[in-house]
Amino acid sequence: MAEIKILKNIMDENLSQAAKNRQWFRSRKILALNLIASPGAGKTTFLEQTIKGLFPKFKLAVIEGDITGDHDARRIEALGVPVVQINTEGGCHLDAHMIDSVLSSLDLTGLKYLFIENVGNLVCPAEFDLGEELKVVVLSTPEGHDKPAKYPLIFSEAQAVIINKTDLLQAVDFDIDKAEHDIRRLNPNVPIFRLSCKTGEGLDKWLQWLTSQGTENS
Amino acid sequence: MHELAITQSLFKIVLEQAQKAGAVKVSRINLKIGRLTGYAPEAVEMNFNLLASGTMAEGAGLNIEWVPVKVLCRECQKESEQQDLGLGCVHCGSLNVQIAGGREMYIDSMEVDNG
Repeated sequence: MAEIKILKNIMDENLSQAAKNRQWFRSRKILALNLIASPGAGKTTFLEQTIKGLFPKFKLAVIEGDITGDHDARRIEALGVPVVQINTEGGCHLDAHMIDSVLSSLDLTGLKYLFIENVGNLVCPAEFDLGEELKVVVLSTPEGHDKPAKYPLIFSEAQAVIINKTDLLQAVDFDIDKAEHDIRRLNPNVPIFRLSCKTGEGLDKWLQWLTSQGTENS
Repeated sequence: MHELAITQSLFKIVLEQAQKAGAVKVSRINLKIGRLTGYAPEAVEMNFNLLASGTMAEGAGLNIEWVPVKVLCRECQKESEQQDLGLGCVHCGSLNVQIAGGREMYIDSMEVDNG
């Protein structure tokens, strides 16, 4: 019997591919965003509203991650934006290799923003770096204000947090100050945007912030 | 399904390293796992047993050392261990902290037979 020292990160394989993706995006000055939320938080509607605010002024593309089907991809396609669908066939998250495998099927010439809509889930996507520049977490008011405290990792990792469906605040008893307080405990300087994709309230501030962001090389 | 992806990576590293060391059997794998990760021991163990069946890692025990969540305070520069997952400095109360521990997910060592 012998003991051998390994000291190897189990996530190494994903991390090294993510680093390659990140370098690839940065060298082309593409701002890649990883959108993470629970199922039903309004990720795709949020993405549609964001696209409407940016397109056609900026060139965009979308990678849609879903367990199965292309329902979301068709919604994005209807806006005239190039989109590629990844089906994880049961997998609960996208990983860096999946992103790499679809990059060649997108026209990325002159691309400014690449939106990656992750599989609806607040747990697993937190562990898998895709090579994105910004992780954007969307929390919606009907989910409850306790979600940041219950899913701390993803909120501590976010570069921006969206509190969506503010039009429902009264109806669902969502304590928005409590939610923001918990988010700040996990991630003191993260920008938090309160908005409603239904009424459009608050979207301008988000779009203003997004267009002020660049990759490290730009 | 998250655990399957993690277990596949884990299994791949175990076999590679065991072969490199000239081992014929892996009897124990010592892991260090941070409390902030979503690592679910039972699910990883179940997947590992399936993957390892018929290989030199069949029957290997997965031993986990849990790593507590630690933060480094940017205000008072002190490190503190967190009792719950809300991250703040226990010395001065500041929320301006950076995570210094708790995200680990690595293979520390293995016990192998060299035939």
